[in-house]
Amino acid sequence: MSDIRANASDVAAGAAEPGFGDFVALLKPRVMSLVVFTALVGMLAAPVALHPIEALAAILFIALGAGASGALNMWWDADIDAVMRRTATRPIPAGRIAPGEALGLGMALSGIAVVMLGLATNWAAAGLLAFTIFFYAVIYTMWLKRWTPQNIVIGGAAGAFPPVIGWMAATGGLAIEPLLMFLVIFMWTPPHFWALALFVKNDYDRAEVPMLTVTHGRRATRAHILVYSAALAPVAVGAAFTGIGGPLYLALAVVLNLLLLRGAWRIWRRDETAAAADGWRVEKRFFRFTLSYLFLHFGAILAEAALRPLAVWPVALWS
Amino acid sequence: MPLAREHELHRRRSGRNIGVGLLLVAFILLVFGLTIAKVERGGTIEAFDHTYRPGLAVRHEELQQGEER
Repeated sequence: MSDIRANASDVAAGAAEPGFGDFVALLKPRVMSLVVFTALVGMLAAPVALHPIEALAAILFIALGAGASGALNMWWDADIDAVMRRTATRPIPAGRIAPGEALGLGMALSGIAVVMLGLATNWAAAGLLAFTIFFYAVIYTMWLKRWTPQNIVIGGAAGAFPPVIGWMAATGGLAIEPLLMFLVIFMWTPPHFWALALFVKNDYDRAEVPMLTVTHGRRATRAHILVYSAALAPVAVGAAFTGIGGPLYLALAVVLNLLLLRGAWRIWRRDETAAAADGWRVEKRFFRFTLSYLFLHFGAILAEAALRPLAVWPVALWS
Repeated sequence: MPLAREHELHRRRSGRNIGVGLLLVAFILLVFGLTIAKVERGGTIEAFDHTYRPGLAVRHEELQQGEER
């Protein structure tokens, strides 16, 4: 009764009432969709098949863990979200959800996701999910994001864990294949986001978040894109010669990585005057390409997994 | 006169409450499905039933055979 009275007085004072959608927004559903896709690929590429219900539960709880870490991220970053235009309308800075509610939701969902993944599959996968939430919420969000311009690189590691968790959920162990999938996302993240940083005027500096374009300059950012792309290409192509690869993946990876290197080389060769003159056309094209790059690589891994039972490729040629 | 008075708060929060309710129902169905999947797959289900568990019984027989030799 007192709860109703207290809430009724809040409304009288004009307090905003959070809707169900605000709590969903707190879980960063767009990030969750990428997590679902990469975790699903990791799970389906594994040599052990889960029961469909177990697989569904595993994907849901991995996504829930990602959502929980998103809520914890929004709770901690509410102060900087409030001063950046892109994030000012998020539920906490907009005043629709109290910070304590976001913290409570993030912690509760983290616990549910980890325990349920452990019960649905195995405790190794659940442990890695717990570590991923800790890594994203504590190591990245609380510690390194506001401290080093390499924050994108570190944040990329958190985003690279889902296919490994998916693989572990199916097999209960690790292998070279999930590590390669991890490395592809890990090394893909910096060139992808730094290309965006070159043509989007964001206000990270106003929020005092060190970004490479601000701390080391745009010339250094272009060099970083080239170096990370050069490191990514052999890993992405090399995965073709492991259990998750095959002729289809190899053909696609060779083409995509040649295009990646060509784009990164073009970005490196340009100066700001040339980029400004054509409205950062090369940088924008590279950014859009990197989106397809990741999707196609993981799509090809999925296609190889689907083709494997059909024995399309001779075993002696590709095992 | 209805037993529970409808407060304005209930109407305002109905969307949220329905959302949480549906999530809970979905969660129950998922846990039920998981239970069925795990039971279906079988394996030895062992629990205390006032006798040796099958795993322990096999071990006991092996030990006895070892002693006899």
